[in-house]
Amino acid sequence: MKKTANEMRKDIIKMTNAAGSGHPGGSLSSVEIMTALYFKIMKHDPKKHDWEERDRFILSKGHACPVLYSAMARSGYFPVEELKTLRKLGSRLQGHPDRKKLPGLEISCGSLGQGLSIAAGISIGLRMDKKDQRVYCLMGDGELQEGQIWEAAMTGAHYKLDNLCGIVDVNNLQIDGFTKDVMNVEPIGDKWRSFGWHVIEVDGHNLEEVIKAFEEAEKTKGMPTVILAKTVKGKGVSFMENKAEWHGAAPNSEQTETALKELEVY
Amino acid sequence: MSSKDNKEMYLSEKLYGDVDQVPTRNGYGHGLVELGETNKDVVVLTADISDSVRTQWFADKYPDRFIEVGISEQDMMGIAAGLATVGKIPFVSTYGVFCTGRAWDQIRTTVAYGDFNVKIGGAHGGISVGADGATHQALEEITLTRVLPNMTVIVPADSEETKKATLAAAATDGPFMLRFGREKVPVVTTEKTPFKVGRAETYVFGDDISIIACGPMVYEAIIAAKELDKKGISVRVINMHTVKPIDKETIIKAAKETGAIVTAEEHQVAGGMGSAVAEVVVENCPVPIKLVGVRDRFGESGEPEELMVEFNLKSTDIIKAAEQVLEMKK
Repeated sequence: MKKTANEMRKDIIKMTNAAGSGHPGGSLSSVEIMTALYFKIMKHDPKKHDWEERDRFILSKGHACPVLYSAMARSGYFPVEELKTLRKLGSRLQGHPDRKKLPGLEISCGSLGQGLSIAAGISIGLRMDKKDQRVYCLMGDGELQEGQIWEAAMTGAHYKLDNLCGIVDVNNLQIDGFTKDVMNVEPIGDKWRSFGWHVIEVDGHNLEEVIKAFEEAEKTKGMPTVILAKTVKGKGVSFMENKAEWHGAAPNSEQTETALKELEVY
Repeated sequence: MSSKDNKEMYLSEKLYGDVDQVPTRNGYGHGLVELGETNKDVVVLTADISDSVRTQWFADKYPDRFIEVGISEQDMMGIAAGLATVGKIPFVSTYGVFCTGRAWDQIRTTVAYGDFNVKIGGAHGGISVGADGATHQALEEITLTRVLPNMTVIVPADSEETKKATLAAAATDGPFMLRFGREKVPVVTTEKTPFKVGRAETYVFGDDISIIACGPMVYEAIIAAKELDKKGISVRVINMHTVKPIDKETIIKAAKETGAIVTAEEHQVAGGMGSAVAEVVVENCPVPIKLVGVRDRFGESGEPEELMVEFNLKSTDIIKAAEQVLEMKK
């Protein structure tokens, strides 16, 4: 799985380089979370994307779609080769996910703050039908500045949606700088706890810890769980790490070569 | 105009007399209750105003399929999309200003772009909401929703048609916006009056001028037609209940055969139903048009009826516009 995670990092660098734009920073920080979900935790069938019994994954931080596309390709939804079409005219891999173009996506997204509400709706619907699948929703820490997240947080706790698991990729950065400087979202854990959620804090780059957190979430009954994954924006590529400017910029050819070399030795 | 027309469309027998008056929101409430019985996938969501938007009637009978979200319209729209992904047919209900305004980005990106089977019930449409004033008088919903790909926009004429539109929305896949009102308005149609999404219905078959209306303005158009008939002007009255996708064929036919058009809606003229009609006319068969509606002005408090007069939304205003457009036609 660690190898897969590393391959996904390389995918993210290559695909954003080929596109000439995109969001490598917040994709790289989410790699272990996505690896755990797509290769260990979630019940899903890449050959039958609309399998009714599948667990659901909702990407709320839509700009991090390179990591999602990579996870989908590497788990078998479509050929890895197709990743290089990212953001190109006619591609199924839109700059932000379009569920009507790419089978296997649950929703179209890109406008921040909307995913958790959708995930809550799925959780409510599954429960109405007495189904036991789980629903996962990946958010960014900057995204928590959106008010709708907290509307959905209320809904999750009010309806005791224990089939719902939120994950916050806490990489501390957003486009304009550090979240604590732009608009402080801390204390994140206390906020979720006070809204009635079970909170688990982990090192978001430690696969074992991330997997254990998902297992704990599944065992938690009577309330939804949120995993706060402490991460490094741009993780794995030294010149991208902890740099806000790599939120929405693609590496050029030289930078791509340097990045891939670093990832080779990983 | 003759009584024959009336019978063909099965319009209300009392149309020109003591016409029945019922709020269109009741049609939504009755439609939902019927759907509760006939379609187990239908679920209803409300943001704290269940009595006012008539979803309480569904809640009383089908509490397991009723979801209260509190005062959080954006969250409600997302929850509805989520429910649609697992095969539910969610009806999202709140005041028109709050669903199409407050949650517009959620409607655009989550519901319409995602093309989910979400039905939006926008209550309290129009100036006739009355005393609550401008904040609650929705005058922009048609404009805000008809610019969205995948979206169907319906403005029923009366309670009977609102019920039909509600049932039709559940039976048709894709996002829908239904606009209805708070106040009692004349019941123009009956159970037997034809209704099909996307097909305008002609109620009066004249050939000097066409009045194309939606919502409660359909009644005002019929009354205006009767008055104009007395002056020797033969009027065609068209109920354009579906604003998107709009019935181009009926509009082009009306433009060709009557050569003059008045549109009438209880909504801003900018981007509204009249604009949608004008778009079709100018591209296909340009004829003079006058748009009756609210003109770049917020609503204000008052009695519903006096507001309709104040905002130039009565049959007399339609008549005035018709006379002006007939001058232009010469």
